[in-house]
Amino acid sequence: MDTFALTIAAILMAGAPLVLATLGETLTEKAGIINLSLDGSILLSAMAAFACSATFDSPWLGMLAGACVGAAIAGVLGVIGIFLGQSQLAVGFILTLLSRDLAYFLGHNFSRQPGPNLGLWTIPGLGKAPFVGLIFGSQSPVVYLSLAAIAFCWWWMYRTEAGMRLRAVGESPRAAFGRGIRVRMVRLYYCLAGGALVGLAGAAYSLAVKPGWGRPQGCEGAGWIALAIVIFGGWHPVRAALGAFFFAALQVSGIYLQEIFPSIPAPVFQVAPFPMMILTLLAVNMGRMGWVQDIVRRHPLFKALSRGWSIDAPAALGQDFDPKKGL
Amino acid sequence: MNRDSLLTQIGWLALTLLLALALTVIVAWPAGAPPLETIYVLFKGGVSSWSKIGRVLAGWVPLTLCSVGLLIPFTARLWNIGVEGQVIMGAIFCTAALRPFEDGGGTGVIILALAASVAGGAFWALLAGLLRVFGRVHEIFSGLGLNFVALGVTLWLIFGPWRRPGVASMSGTKPLDISLWLPRLGTMSVSWVGLILACAAVLLVYILLHRTKWGLKMRAVGENPKAATLFSLGPRRRLLQAFMLCGGLAGLAGATQVLSVYHRLLPNISSGYGYTALLVSMMASFRLSLVPFICLFFAVLNVGSIQLPLQLGLDSSLSGVIQGIMVLSLFIVQGLRLWLKQRKEAD
Repeated sequence: MDTFALTIAAILMAGAPLVLATLGETLTEKAGIINLSLDGSILLSAMAAFACSATFDSPWLGMLAGACVGAAIAGVLGVIGIFLGQSQLAVGFILTLLSRDLAYFLGHNFSRQPGPNLGLWTIPGLGKAPFVGLIFGSQSPVVYLSLAAIAFCWWWMYRTEAGMRLRAVGESPRAAFGRGIRVRMVRLYYCLAGGALVGLAGAAYSLAVKPGWGRPQGCEGAGWIALAIVIFGGWHPVRAALGAFFFAALQVSGIYLQEIFPSIPAPVFQVAPFPMMILTLLAVNMGRMGWVQDIVRRHPLFKALSRGWSIDAPAALGQDFDPKKGL
Repeated sequence: MNRDSLLTQIGWLALTLLLALALTVIVAWPAGAPPLETIYVLFKGGVSSWSKIGRVLAGWVPLTLCSVGLLIPFTARLWNIGVEGQVIMGAIFCTAALRPFEDGGGTGVIILALAASVAGGAFWALLAGLLRVFGRVHEIFSGLGLNFVALGVTLWLIFGPWRRPGVASMSGTKPLDISLWLPRLGTMSVSWVGLILACAAVLLVYILLHRTKWGLKMRAVGENPKAATLFSLGPRRRLLQAFMLCGGLAGLAGATQVLSVYHRLLPNISSGYGYTALLVSMMASFRLSLVPFICLFFAVLNVGSIQLPLQLGLDSSLSGVIQGIMVLSLFIVQGLRLWLKQRKEAD
């Protein structure tokens, strides 16, 4: 039982940055913008967070720096993609490569240096509780942050008026424009907010989950996984978070499997999430295919199980909106 | 936009380069890179001697192979982001074909290895293509996922079945016998076989896209897939063919890395050329005539950047930063032009 609780604690920890990154991208994509720069953003903000916290000896200042860097990269994408009408996918991909190289270039002097990390928060009294105490009694602050972010994102998106505007610009920008919403500005705001969350994810890597900076840092590729989880999560914050924890569980189980199969070299387990990513997307997209839907329709059991399996993307995802062209 | 005069075009190009230079200085100066000295070291490190030019050309060969390959699927508006993995797979298949010939072999064996690498790259591209066409997995995810899988396969081979007797390490498999190396061009580290292959690839892609019915139909698929289906041009089959051709060329790039650069299989066998090639094709705005020149410039930057850690204590990834900033500047300038044009029309 204790092992189980500790495994859950490890999954929550490994999943925290993934959750933050997927929530950020979910927000951005709900507004209709695809931010493909996640992988590089996470790396550059991880570097900035570590460098800042090592220089000023303050990990929380590092978190702030990470969020700012993430928002800045998303801002570049937002301005070029929304206002200058260039392909979001192309610019996002360039930014991901650019930020990665920039991270290695600017982080050269911080490589393999000692630096502070966020440590653990202990909730007094909870540590003695059975099971739950082992999971939440003494955890990294980023775990609490990620759990709070899930609840906040859900509340913001589905229970506030601002959230309704967010969904409106992603689903039907023309209708939203007609209701007097400044579509492009709203999109830019959520691009920045999503980028800040992605930046926090990067900071969570270099200050808590995989403390330190180096080449490789250990979070390379996490951004692509997060992008895939957004699709798997059907652009819903809670479901996306569950997807993130599922992939974190995969990573954690890799550590156990490594002990069972010592003959397989360790780096092989690190790439295991990627075939899984392809298979997950395949499974999600299968649900949209005609012949699969035919089979599902014939059996009531499948029908019940398949409810909500494939969720469509925001209708205006990746599409430009030019208010001058009118309604 | 092609209606602009030559002078205007040169003006916009100059603006792009100036913007790229300014942005590079802004990010690199605070990191302790004196601008003029850094540029001097970069270019001196790239072109100051014949051996360095040889190394530049050795980098130009795989980069050109990948970049011109990318133009084929892009004609059908598809992004083959998996090109990096296809380079790796080509290198793996090439090494696999050479494993029975540890004691050396002749031209026949090398041709076999080149053919194997083409098959390997095409196979990996076909996987990404099938996932895209039949599984509806966006090619960005199928391609990227397969890149990481290919890396995993390489690591498994190097640390597992193909490990060097005694030591299994990141330094790769046992070096190839010297009779299996591609013949060099004089004393330079580039092989004339590789140069011929790269030039042939440029020519092949030109003929294929602009002088054959196949290329015309490919463009039709790219312009309007729905109409292409109605005219029974078979977009699915054509998309798969485009992917496989691109993958084959990428695989060949992997073979040149194994046969003429590293002479073994390494974890970093692709040197990131797949990703750089994507930047090249965007920088060239997918125009074939520009690709070889941009590849040459990027290769100079790559080779020149090796000197940065030694002479200025900077990280060599500055070359990637400059390349990325250049492409980003191009998009910014394109966007500004669009914005100005729209404003003019509105007035």
